[in-house]
Amino acid sequence: MSLTETMSPGLALSIHRTMVRIRVFESRVEQLFKAGELPGFVHTYIGQEAIAAGVCSALNRDDYITSTHRGHGHAIAKGMELGPIMAELYGKETGACRGRGGSMHVADFSVGMLGANGIVAGGLGIAAGAALSARYRGTRQVAVGFFGDGGINKGTFHEALNFAATHRLGVVFVCENNQYAQFTSRLRTTAVEDLSVRASAYGIPGVTVDGNDPSATYHEALEAVARAREGGGPTLLNMETYRFGGHYVGDAEVYRESAEVEARRWADPIVRWERTLTDEGLMKDGPREAVWAEAAEEVSAAVRFAETSPYPEGGTALEDVFTGATAVPATGRA
Amino acid sequence: MRRMSFGQATVDATRFAMREDDRVVVLGEDISWGGNFGQFRGLVDEFGHDRVIDMPISEAIIMAVGVGAAVTGLRPVASMSFVEFTLGAMDEIVNQAAKFRYMFGGQVSVPLVLRASDGVLRSSAGQHSSSLEGLFTHLPGLKVVAPSNPADAKGLLRAAIADDDPVVYLENKRITAKRGPVPVGDHVVPLGSAAVRRRGTDLTIVTYSVMALHAEKACSELTGMGIEAELIDLRSLVPLDLDTVLSSVARTGRVVVAHEAWEFGGFGAELVAAITVEVFDRLRAAPVRVGAAQAPIPFSPPLEGAVVPGADEIVAAAREVMGLI
Ligand SMILES: Cc1ncc(C[n+]2csc(CCOP(=O)(O)OP(=O)(O)O)c2C)c(N)n1
Ligand SMILES: [Mg+2]
Repeated sequence: MSLTETMSPGLALSIHRTMVRIRVFESRVEQLFKAGELPGFVHTYIGQEAIAAGVCSALNRDDYITSTHRGHGHAIAKGMELGPIMAELYGKETGACRGRGGSMHVADFSVGMLGANGIVAGGLGIAAGAALSARYRGTRQVAVGFFGDGGINKGTFHEALNFAATHRLGVVFVCENNQYAQFTSRLRTTAVEDLSVRASAYGIPGVTVDGNDPSATYHEALEAVARAREGGGPTLLNMETYRFGGHYVGDAEVYRESAEVEARRWADPIVRWERTLTDEGLMKDGPREAVWAEAAEEVSAAVRFAETSPYPEGGTALEDVFTGATAVPATGRA
Repeated sequence: MRRMSFGQATVDATRFAMREDDRVVVLGEDISWGGNFGQFRGLVDEFGHDRVIDMPISEAIIMAVGVGAAVTGLRPVASMSFVEFTLGAMDEIVNQAAKFRYMFGGQVSVPLVLRASDGVLRSSAGQHSSSLEGLFTHLPGLKVVAPSNPADAKGLLRAAIADDDPVVYLENKRITAKRGPVPVGDHVVPLGSAAVRRRGTDLTIVTYSVMALHAEKACSELTGMGIEAELIDLRSLVPLDLDTVLSSVARTGRVVVAHEAWEFGGFGAELVAAITVEVFDRLRAAPVRVGAAQAPIPFSPPLEGAVVPGADEIVAAAREVMGLI
């Protein structure tokens, strides 16, 4: 079956563009971090772009996602502008979270991005809560909870699936199985080979998906999202992928051979998608190069925006601990 | 005024809030059956299972669902039953609920109330007797209240549900069934306002929750000894009405700080530190703290009595600051 029978050319190209924007953004983040420009530490999404791009293409702007420590790709795919994300990574006042959150806490509630989260699997119950709230408000919004193969062993994964399944909430649980949790292969920590079987314990559909094929990620997400929206309850999608970079930028990667990484290069989701689009006659060399050039320009503009933005004033450090009022816990102190 | 129990007063407050604002939902284990102490009794009959949501025994998910719902337009009240059970949700309380607003640059508020029953009641032993307010008051981003009587129970719960930030609402098990007069109509006690229960000139007793009742008894005994204590019931620990405390201590020059929680590293230490720093030159004696001894709460009644303080310990502390022992 040709691609255009299942996906419009416009959508196929838009997913490509999103993947390229994420790749270029993350590659620049890697450079900037190595050059000492960014405080803290960063986890990049390189190699997993087909998941955020495909899944978020199946969502509406007012649908929700919760994300992870590896969240820049989700933020971009859900529609956040690159400038505020980059400024957040720099710790600038113009950042998406005014520099209070940084790489692991990028969020934009106006596009339904309920936050990257530094606590592994921490977003899954929050996604279930957002879905409960949508049901209660009668909005039909769907919530996607992204997490990793490491997160699937957290109690909160099991608790969230059980709760969402019991109430048939509109949640899609998307496991990005990139084979590693920090330095440890999932084979050393997880008894089941196919992570999607975990769904059966909660009586919900579980599907294993080629996470490096945007057509697969998009279509499986579309089906799960439709089910979620129609009141059919949650789905567990186990998206098989591979993390090309280290766990964080600067990771010495002593736990895997570089040959293992190289052997996976053929499955680079962007390379594969460009080949598909070319074979299908949807993309020529010129337009393809233009997408990369535009992404590079957009990322450069984001870096310029971040670099020229001011840092937050120290005097504002106690703002927003509470709503409106000051952070000082006691009245009357001299 | 109508006489009702502390627990019934919280039902009353919740009913008011739920009638007024359909974004208010309550969730917790066994909640449609009234909860462990009847603090939700009858709500399901009026508001149905969509708003009175029975949760699995998944404490982390109760809190996480509360956070997710709160940041997307609802005002959840999450019942955690015994306060010890919040420990299974500490990640969600500490890392999510308390930090969401700040970490995300003020984009959202988290209007969430966490209700939990604390304190000692009839040999409930180690895992069902703790007072953990010190864990919560330590954390920026959480408000903490601990009412001592039915009227405040109603008024503070109304204020907590109306508040835009996460509020930990602690209800001591020993006073949940205690009855008292409660305003019949709507009744709100603002967060951060202490109540002066009794005027006195010799010393100030600063306390909250069940210990405020023990302190009333202690005050009567002290009167019999010719000592007039001023009694402050804080009601709200964060925000804290330090004004009321300081102006009283500045007058009396002597202070006893009392809570049922462990004394070592407890909230009383913060109070004594604040008092000492702010009105040091007005103190006529070193402040004295009353709190539980540093052991898990034991089962056997004589042991429980040995660890957990009551009116006698407050009287002894008062005599100590008065220089009588
Ligand atoms: C509750 C918790 N435990 C441990 C960590 C430290 N940690 C950060 S990322 C990570 C690995 C997560 O692996 P996975 O879920 O597969 O996500 P990936 O990094 O592969 O995207 C760990 C253990 C954490 N952030 N949170
Ligand atoms: Mg992983």
